[in-house]
Amino acid sequence: MLKDRKNFLYYLGVLTPIIFLILLILIFSSLHPRFLHPLNIFNVMRQISITGLIALGMTFVIIVRGIDLSVGSLIALCGLVGAVIAKGGLVERFSVGLDTELANPWYWALAGSVLIGLLAGTLNGVCITKLKVPAFVVTLGGLSAYRGTALIVSDGGPISGFNEAYRWIGQGKIGMVPIPVIIFLVFIVLCHIVLKYTVYGRYIYSVGGNPEAARLSGINIDLIITSTYIITGFFVGLSAFILSARLNSSEAVAGMGYELNVIAIVVVGGTSLFGGMGSILGTIIGAMLFGVLQNGLVLLNVSSYIQQIIIGIILVLAVTFDKFSKSARQV
Amino acid sequence: MEQPQYIVQMNNIYKSFNGVKALKDVSINLQKNEVVGIVGHNGAGKSTLIKILSGALHKDTGSILIENKQVEILDPKGARNMGIETIYQDLALAGNLDVASNFFLGNEKTKFFFLRNKFMEEESKRVLQELRISIKSYSVPVDFLSGGQRQAVAIGRAIYNKAKVLIMDEPTAALGIEETRMVGDLINQLKKQDVGIFLISHDIHDVFDFCDRIAIMKNGELVDICVSDEVTKDEVVSMIIKGTK
Repeated sequence: MLKDRKNFLYYLGVLTPIIFLILLILIFSSLHPRFLHPLNIFNVMRQISITGLIALGMTFVIIVRGIDLSVGSLIALCGLVGAVIAKGGLVERFSVGLDTELANPWYWALAGSVLIGLLAGTLNGVCITKLKVPAFVVTLGGLSAYRGTALIVSDGGPISGFNEAYRWIGQGKIGMVPIPVIIFLVFIVLCHIVLKYTVYGRYIYSVGGNPEAARLSGINIDLIITSTYIITGFFVGLSAFILSARLNSSEAVAGMGYELNVIAIVVVGGTSLFGGMGSILGTIIGAMLFGVLQNGLVLLNVSSYIQQIIIGIILVLAVTFDKFSKSARQV
Repeated sequence: MEQPQYIVQMNNIYKSFNGVKALKDVSINLQKNEVVGIVGHNGAGKSTLIKILSGALHKDTGSILIENKQVEILDPKGARNMGIETIYQDLALAGNLDVASNFFLGNEKTKFFFLRNKFMEEESKRVLQELRISIKSYSVPVDFLSGGQRQAVAIGRAIYNKAKVLIMDEPTAALGIEETRMVGDLINQLKKQDVGIFLISHDIHDVFDFCDRIAIMKNGELVDICVSDEVTKDEVVSMIIKGTK
């Protein structure tokens, strides 16, 4: 009987975000007739694809009991490096200024942006595993340091005005589907498969569930933990590029506070901050939940200040729930 | 007289930590189909001895022979490759994973990088059924299982990895009476399968119930090794306390 109750709580923890999402959709669609219009749905999808991509990586990080607070600042740095490369490199950047005739094609900018993300992710991971400094502290340091680096790279001002091919990544569509959404969907499938069906995914869960057991089973837990930060760095680089393409501009204040949104998405999606539990599908639900909430509140003309309050409250509620379902798992 | 088949021989093992002698000239051996209990107070050196065998610590001097071949055990992985499996009370399993995932942790069966979940579940079921362990659900996280069942999963895993030597560190410390009996049954079954077992325990009753021989340690020295049928519990307890025969 007690076990049934525990199982019930356990599954309630899994199902709550879905129920909440459906409820929100019902409420907003009844309050606003255009909410369920396909254009608006794709709009929501496009909005969530930037934070959603990073949330995919953050899911790996949080499952291994980590946290990455540096993603917001890293967006700015990666986006700026991409923009600088697109503008033809550092030297040209400071001499040529705004020039739509670009020196380098978009994929070089993308590669640069992703490379910086990978490097920063590696740096985060190595500091956490080799220096044994808590992830919270390392990435809090990153939050400050990467933003500072971004400010240096930008020299204070935005870098804007990219060519058509560059902007297409952020603004273009195939049929009705925005390009960022397509990229997001591809990586959703990829991450889901990796996490659920590969040895690497199994190691992620085992390190999150019991690092000591994983180590005794011959798993290199430092390598696994570091890899999750590298994955997150990759997604930050990718979405920083998409963001700058969509806004046709990169600036040092881009991505301010994104770390909170991303972590909120992952946690609301049922990934436990205590580690060992979580899924890509949950993260998608979490991303949709925040996307729908934001979009619905905008349609209903609710102030964005109030939206921030609501995000904060939902985050705390989700972690409270997480604690319940965690205690339900303890026999 | 038949020559006993030693599966493990640890000879004249010395180990000190920063000048403190943790083990002084300890020699112990283990035969196939035998359970040797190691008893003693905290700090008597039993954990140190067993950690040297499981690869978690290195000896200072002395020799270790596995199946009459001298070996150097460098790390837990090396020990495992020699057929030495250690079962810890709490550290062995990832509570968030199901039975099969734990069973094959670090040793996953794959096909083109993909996990063969079905195959692994069937294999773990087969092994556990052979050990006559019934587990209600194989799909729930092992946190949902009882302490005894978790212990059984850990033991099953060691068996599947073809353990020749099983080191059990306080296997019954957190278990109830019924579950302790279950682990006892398991130990008896394993004995019949050519496995040698070192059992570390605080519980003198367990030791007498499960073990063929009992090694008593105090202050890093081996006091005596006796055949459990030939001594009384009081004699063993007295040796643990006094440190003399």
